[in-house]
Amino acid sequence: MTTPLGGAGPLIDVHAHFFPDGSGYHNARHLNARRLQAGDQVGITYHVASILGSWGASSPTYFQSLADTAPANDAMLALQASDPRIKAYVAVNPNDGAAAVAEVERCAARGAIGLKLAAARRCDDPLVAPLYECAARHGFPVLHHIWQHRRRHWPGQDISDGADLARAAARHPGVSFILAHIGGGGDYAHTFAAVRDVPNVYLDLSGSGVDRGMLDDALAAVGPRRLLWGADITLCTGLAKLRALEVIGLSSEEFAHVRWRNAARIFPAHAFPSLTP
Amino acid sequence: MIDVNTFIGGYPWRHVPHPEPAVLARVIEREGLSGAWVGHLPSAFHRDPSHGNTELVAALAPHAKLLKAVPTVRADWPSVLDDLDIAVRVGAPAVRIYPQLLGQGPGDPSVHRLAHEAARRGLTVMLTVRFEDLRQRHPLDNGPDLSAAHVRELARGGTGSTLVVCAASREFIEEVHWGLTPVERARVSWDISWLWGPPSDELSHLLRTIGAGRFHFGSMWPLRLVQAPLASLALREADVASVDLADPVTLPVESAS
Repeated sequence: MTTPLGGAGPLIDVHAHFFPDGSGYHNARHLNARRLQAGDQVGITYHVASILGSWGASSPTYFQSLADTAPANDAMLALQASDPRIKAYVAVNPNDGAAAVAEVERCAARGAIGLKLAAARRCDDPLVAPLYECAARHGFPVLHHIWQHRRRHWPGQDISDGADLARAAARHPGVSFILAHIGGGGDYAHTFAAVRDVPNVYLDLSGSGVDRGMLDDALAAVGPRRLLWGADITLCTGLAKLRALEVIGLSSEEFAHVRWRNAARIFPAHAFPSLTP
Repeated sequence: MIDVNTFIGGYPWRHVPHPEPAVLARVIEREGLSGAWVGHLPSAFHRDPSHGNTELVAALAPHAKLLKAVPTVRADWPSVLDDLDIAVRVGAPAVRIYPQLLGQGPGDPSVHRLAHEAARRGLTVMLTVRFEDLRQRHPLDNGPDLSAAHVRELARGGTGSTLVVCAASREFIEEVHWGLTPVERARVSWDISWLWGPPSDELSHLLRTIGAGRFHFGSMWPLRLVQAPLASLALREADVASVDLADPVTLPVESAS
């Protein structure tokens, strides 16, 4: 058996996506198959993934309608049931209030392992608090879509940044918050300064951005036990960051924390049955 | 495999760790690359790039086997022809130009003259679409990106020049490539530093539709991880997994006339 391109040992992608038939992606099945195929090449043990509504087909990706929410989560849970490599976040729109909480409860009962929130409501808005309380009840980490330093509004998103997430995390110290894709757009340096001293915020390394110095500065800001490997949409940049992590001075134990141990620690105990943290 | 898109020197808008030639030489050897074409990053933003070019040539001298200097040339500068002659004298394979940073629009006569003179001297002309993702830029970093029209106009201009365009997206590349005649597009090639692998597989798509012969390995080191284009190559779809990228030492393209 050959060594995976991303090196030997367990590897958890905490920020993955799949695409159901009829979504905004015409080639959904091909994209899903390529993620799994390339994931095997990289050596991904688990893809922890979400489906954001209809991906724009019948409501906007970051403002998913309630009608699109349950079918998307059902599709994600079906993928989880069909393939042991896939694990499901439940994704909801906080503006749906009690219905959003009920959807998290419904999906938790069916085996979801985490909560994904995107950009329909600022993460530190009090309206979102019941979802965080629900996540806490189930031991779910919250993966929150983040724009690294919001200097202005951008179309299509009611975007949160690292400072917003730091405020939310301080109010909910019992919840582990995964700050999405430090390479996913915006000024990650602002993020590092914003969350450095907030122990329940974990940085997800995913995103298409591959700036030199970004990983080094993330490590310096929060240390190896608050970094989580992920790829998001671009598996190539995920692989690139794995290879870069090998040469920025992490010990093998620290590297294992980033690859999978930190994820195994913050997700529910049953989430990754083949791995023992 | 040569990395055509590297620099040494600092960047005005953020800290870049260790942008020194000795580090670049170590990276090139560590990653199994055969060499690099190296620009001087600060010179892209200088009014007169000649001092940076002097620094570049001196800094690369101890690493001459691996690192080839690619001086920056300003098309509207009075000494532009002398600057091209200097580039030839120092053994440069190419020169870098940044028309979008100097207010030179598509079809600018000075840029076309520079490209013609570079071609006469056997120098490839390198263009750079962008240095950073738009979403992360410093508030004062508000210059435009290179446009596809810049490249199209230059390729259509009959200058005889060979163009290597760095940091272009799939959409940019397709807009230019399919907007040129076969003769014109034969003079334009691209680096792969901003092309994604799976699951969207932009790199595989372009290798299939446009052809590997139009693409060079490029990383944009020290701004970006050299591992990124290597990862995109490693994860290509099966039907294009073993095709070789173009070797930049074959540039410039011989004149078609």
